[in-house]
Amino acid sequence: MKIFVYVDHFKGEAQATSWEALGLAKSFGATTALVFGSSVDDVAKAALEYGADEVLVADDSALLDFRAEAYASTLSALVSSSTPDLILFPTTTRTRELAAMSAVDLNTNVITDATAVEVNGDASSPLSAIVVTRPIYEGKLFEKVTASAKPQLITLRGRAFPKPEKVAGKTGTITKVEAKTDALTTVEGYSVADVGVSLNDAGIIVSGGRGVSNNPSLQPPADLDDKQAEIWRAHQGFKLVGELASTLGGAVGASRAAVDGGYIPYSNQVGQTGKVVAPDVYIACGISGAIQHLAGIRSAKLVVAINKDPDAPIFKVARYGVVGDLFQIVPALTEAFKKKLGK
Amino acid sequence: MKIIACIKQVPDSEAKIKAENGQINTGDSPLVINPFDEYAVEGALQQKEATNGTVTALCIGSESAKEALKHALAMGADNAILVSDPSLNNMDTVGAARVLAAAIQKIGDVDMVVFGRQTLDNGSGLTSAQTARALGWSLLGLAGQIKVQERSVTVERVIEEGRQTVKANLPAVISVVQSIGEPRYPSFMGIRKASKAEIPVWSLSDLGIAAPEAIIKRSELMNPPARDTSVEIISGESPAEIADKLADKLIAEKVL
Ligand SMILES: Cc1cc2nc3c(=O)[nH]c(=O)nc-3n(C[C@H](O)[C@H](O)[C@H](O)COP(=O)(O)OP(=O)(O)OC[C@H]3O[C@@H](n4cnc5c(N)ncnc54)[C@H](O)[C@@H]3O)c2cc1C
Ligand SMILES: Nc1ncnc2c1ncn2[C@@H]1O[C@H](COP(=O)(O)O)[C@@H](O)[C@H]1O
Repeated sequence: MKIFVYVDHFKGEAQATSWEALGLAKSFGATTALVFGSSVDDVAKAALEYGADEVLVADDSALLDFRAEAYASTLSALVSSSTPDLILFPTTTRTRELAAMSAVDLNTNVITDATAVEVNGDASSPLSAIVVTRPIYEGKLFEKVTASAKPQLITLRGRAFPKPEKVAGKTGTITKVEAKTDALTTVEGYSVADVGVSLNDAGIIVSGGRGVSNNPSLQPPADLDDKQAEIWRAHQGFKLVGELASTLGGAVGASRAAVDGGYIPYSNQVGQTGKVVAPDVYIACGISGAIQHLAGIRSAKLVVAINKDPDAPIFKVARYGVVGDLFQIVPALTEAFKKKLGK
Repeated sequence: MKIIACIKQVPDSEAKIKAENGQINTGDSPLVINPFDEYAVEGALQQKEATNGTVTALCIGSESAKEALKHALAMGADNAILVSDPSLNNMDTVGAARVLAAAIQKIGDVDMVVFGRQTLDNGSGLTSAQTARALGWSLLGLAGQIKVQERSVTVERVIEEGRQTVKANLPAVISVVQSIGEPRYPSFMGIRKASKAEIPVWSLSDLGIAAPEAIIKRSELMNPPARDTSVEIISGESPAEIADKLADKLIAEKVL
């Protein structure tokens, strides 16, 4: 079986799930990594260090920004000439579009958000059936699916597969391949948020909900109207949430009520219309646990709930709970971890 | 500007859904417009207002999906079209994209097609990009904001790393996210108009295409593994004591 792994990166910063995909691919056989972009030698070298046997690089200034059409055409051309059986991708905003378009070019389709991939039969045979498990109905069900066309394109859910060890200094062949540059869009600019640890890759997530704005004892500056005062209060709450997250080396998440309230950007939202996350620990602070929020955290290994209301539904999915005021508990927890973890 | 909003009908997100004997049981929960597609309709209506255009809601589904189209009409869409054909029951996203592309071409002179981010049931988020590719149009994915000027459109795309401003010429395919703004409620007038609307139903022969063959096929359906649902409430005399106990528990779990 001939296996490609597409390494997704943003401005040279690879998505960790790319390495998880490499690890999975290596368990099936020899693996070729694909890296597209402009001046991406470092990403290609990292792919070798994470286990790729060789790397194909499409390096062109026209590929500097991700643009779905050009990336898809580059991939489709590459597939037509080297006929892989299987291409694994990390699931990201970019790979969904890239794989989607290439699938149309190649008369195949994409299986997204894989949480398990089994090869039935001999992995070295190109005819072995690949069976993929993926969540549907917001994780309320799982399905096993197969694809009847080659190549099979599969995007892997983040943190569903183990990340391989990096072997520093491991080398291998890096071969240049042709870039296609037929993009129909132009990128005019970015406002890149300083997101710290990304929610997709985070092993620990501390999230805040509407409760982070609920501390009547805080005195906002007098010149703020009610809405501004609420946001001001929420920022004090999110500061505490952020301090706990950074003490644990984790990421900051939020409920939709917090996002809609203007407390924190949409990119931090966890849930049905936000991000689906899979951390080892999810600490929910002042979040009630609405079904649409829970849709985002079904794959969390362990949930901790901090909420004033003992009847909040979040306690139904939590392993540990504290019934109390987050403005007291969260900073105390930060202090406790600083002491115990020696930080 | 002639705008199309692509919408699907799905079980309500509050629905309890179970796998039973290899079938999906959605209980007695209602079928609704895919929540992500309410944002698509909202985004389309915003552009209709900005450009003095029209919005057509387009759906592939069974007869019952007319209710989802009526919701779009009640929100303010001008027209609705249902594509319905028994041979589409097991279509996958590439199939849906080819059918949508054919319907968009049949409608003709379309400037912009707006999609939701993903469906609640299948949840793959592929159809918008695949429709764009099938049409040969540009894709502006995950837009949180849309601005049309003359024959070009600029969106603010919400990606993992922040926001990206991207521009393309019309016609274009756009998928939208929640930042586009809360979907408006159906107005009283809108509901009246929708209840009287005659929604045309197109078959594949009306579109002049054969049924696309599904490449992705389901072989098994499973309920998620049962979760340990017992919660241990940590209590104590003071926040510091509670925090101390909780920190010990988490350290002992070896998850940090
Ligand atoms: C189609 C659709 C999609 C949606 N998608 C999402 C989504 O992606 N993500 C999402 O999160 N929601 C989503 N929602 C919204 C969801 O239904 C809830 O409205 C939302 O999750 C509520 O957020 P919350 O828990 O922060 O707020 P609330 O439900 O208001 O809960 C606040 C909680 O904070 C507690 N609290 C208050 N003060 C304190 C304090 N000082 N200390 C401790 N606890 C305190 C309260 O007891 C309460 O339980 C969606 C809804 C719909 C209809
Ligand atoms: N049956 C359908 N009819 C019309 N539009 C659809 C249909 N299925 C999917 N879409 C559109 O494609 C988007 C992405 O769907 P999906 O790729 O299934 O996650 C949805 O949010 C809709 O806008």
